Amino acid sequence: MGKIKQFFGRRSSWSIPYLIFMLIFVVLPLVLVVLYAFRDPSGKFTFDNIRTFINEKESVNTLVYSIGIALITTIICILLGYPAAYILSNSKFRSASVMVALFLIPMFINVLMRTLATVALFGFMKVPLGQATLIFGMVYNYLPFMILPIYTVLQKIDKSYREAAQDLGADNVKVFTKVTLPLSMPGVVSGIMMVFMPTISTFAIAELLTMNNIKLFGTIIQENINNGMWNYGALLSLIMLILIVVTNLFNDDKEEASAAGGLI
Amino acid sequence: MKDSNFIISLDHISKWFGDKQVLNDVNLHVKKGEFITILGPSGCGKTTLLRILAGFVTPDEGTVEIGGEQMNSIPPYKRPVNTVFQRYALFPHLNVYDNVAFGLKLNKIPEEEIEQRVRKALKMVNMTDYEWRDVESLSGGQQQRVAIARALINSPEVLLLDEPLSALDHKMRKDMQIELKEIHEKLGVTFLYVTHDQEEALTLSDTIVVMNDGVIQQAGSPIDIYNEPVNAFVADFIGESNILNGTMICDRKVNFLGHDFDCVDEGFGENKPVDVVIRPEDIYLMEAPNKAGQFEGTVQSCVFQGIHYEITVITDEGYEIVIQDYNPFEAGMKVAMIIKPQDIQVMKKERTCNTFEGKLIDETHVEMLGIEFECLPQELWQGEKVDVLVDVDFDKVDLLDDIDNAELVGDVRFILYKGDHYFLTVMTEDRDNVYVATNDVWDERDLVGIKILPEDIHIRKAE
Repeated sequence: MGKIKQFFGRRSSWSIPYLIFMLIFVVLPLVLVVLYAFRDPSGKFTFDNIRTFINEKESVNTLVYSIGIALITTIICILLGYPAAYILSNSKFRSASVMVALFLIPMFINVLMRTLATVALFGFMKVPLGQATLIFGMVYNYLPFMILPIYTVLQKIDKSYREAAQDLGADNVKVFTKVTLPLSMPGVVSGIMMVFMPTISTFAIAELLTMNNIKLFGTIIQENINNGMWNYGALLSLIMLILIVVTNLFNDDKEEASAAGGLI
Repeated sequence: MKDSNFIISLDHISKWFGDKQVLNDVNLHVKKGEFITILGPSGCGKTTLLRILAGFVTPDEGTVEIGGEQMNSIPPYKRPVNTVFQRYALFPHLNVYDNVAFGLKLNKIPEEEIEQRVRKALKMVNMTDYEWRDVESLSGGQQQRVAIARALINSPEVLLLDEPLSALDHKMRKDMQIELKEIHEKLGVTFLYVTHDQEEALTLSDTIVVMNDGVIQQAGSPIDIYNEPVNAFVADFIGESNILNGTMICDRKVNFLGHDFDCVDEGFGENKPVDVVIRPEDIYLMEAPNKAGQFEGTVQSCVFQGIHYEITVITDEGYEIVIQDYNPFEAGMKVAMIIKPQDIQVMKKERTCNTFEGKLIDETHVEMLGIEFECLPQELWQGEKVDVLVDVDFDKVDLLDDIDNAELVGDVRFILYKGDHYFLTVMTEDRDNVYVATNDVWDERDLVGIKILPEDIHIRKAE
């Protein structure tokens, strides 16, 4: 009895349910993805899947296209999100918290619902669905993830830095380019992570907003798995995972992540 | 160039933040090359004054001139001043070299010259070899040095320093004071230094400007300010002092502590109430009885303070005074004391009783300080509301602990010990000052209820 009591008394013991959960739903699937990626349907070890991926132009093209769309989305999000965050963080802008709430409220509605509504809206306005509407949908859905980390960082920048720059002879433009912008970079990096990574892997938005005319990498994975091509699908998933891990490496600076309001 | 004698001229500067006036008609003229210190408690407006000079705050009234040119509408980046900020404000994304070079790079100065000047500036503050260090890896004192180098490298006409040493420990502060003084002498740049530390002000400055409640109380050399404070606030703020109520009997004769003393002050009139300041080191102690003694008392406590003893004496008349002496006097000992005429500083009293503006609203009620007070039946009442002035003696204002049931609440802003009682400045919620003489002990920032009895309210007609 004493030993059991001691076991449950230790704080580290409390993490066991969580560890079991992680093992079953995170680690095991990851191992399975790797195992499936290097097997044929009969279960034999093979590199055939990689060969198929390289030889079959469609998959590679889709991957490149997906990265391109993700990049464009991210860039538009920065261009729209940074000024928005800058205006919101300006202390003169008194109703900033209301505006932040306005940006966040749409986030409470499910992505699919929002996207379906967007599709209906485009249909109503007779806008043909295609690449442009796809990018619109992506930006619409992911913009708050860009604004929030930048806003958090900008808000934390001590105003004395701006004053010191002015004092040393910097006009408003120089204060921004030499001080505010460099100091807010952790927020931008954080925002890029939050936007770029999900946009590579998304498929629902693409499916709904282009009537399935444009395929993204996520769509191909989904199709393969739906059609029972488990092994090839696993390989594609593995490639995407590697891509996400590589993107993440650009953001390995722990200090910066914490400066970005702990959003990553 | 209107007046080339002064590098800084501030004329009739006033500033409000909301409905709070932080600066009230401030006039200040600073000579080129001077080391001037603005000294005052927190919230006295000294930092606002510095920020007006730097250009971060625009005054509501008055003119700012630097180097003979009007600066009111000139933005901070075009002013010939540089600032050392209280928390240094070094750019965390730049190293020491780039921080110091920041101002020069903005002015598009050739790279070679920048390098030369940065090295020179860093050498001046003893920070050579730190060029490539991350500013966040530096200690407080080192960051301070970098901040000074960064501000001085632009060769400003005036260097503004906003409590630059307040974040350093005592030893470091002493060292930096000496270095600052050396830098000032070497460069000949005008230094305008803001601090709440009177010792720092006395050590560093050519001129000290004492501020309180947005008003300049006194400006002068450290010695003048110490020896000839113009009012009780300055005397209390600079150094230790005994501040006592006195009566100017006639020229060169003043009564305080229950005795008549010879002094050197003239022109106060006859039998006029005054404040008297005696510095603790200016009272001479002897063992009683001694014929030379002017008055006598009993030692209450004697504490060694490193160089001297601080001795508290209760005089036979019941006043408590503080004396510094190189010799110890045991508690309980009878002592005799002498004060030399030239060591007695007599100051005009700013006021002898509270005077409030009010309005008589019926025969027995007067409205003042934002509420109604009951008063004795007034002859002034003619059936109509009338503007009046209300006099209340300092010792007739009662302060109460119980603020929940008090109609008028204020907080204690300033406490002066007058030897046998405390003199408090209490600010009401409507920002009116009520002056109170009391024997009770209160602390600064205490919230108190304010009560005045009907018979203590003296009403006269407003002019």
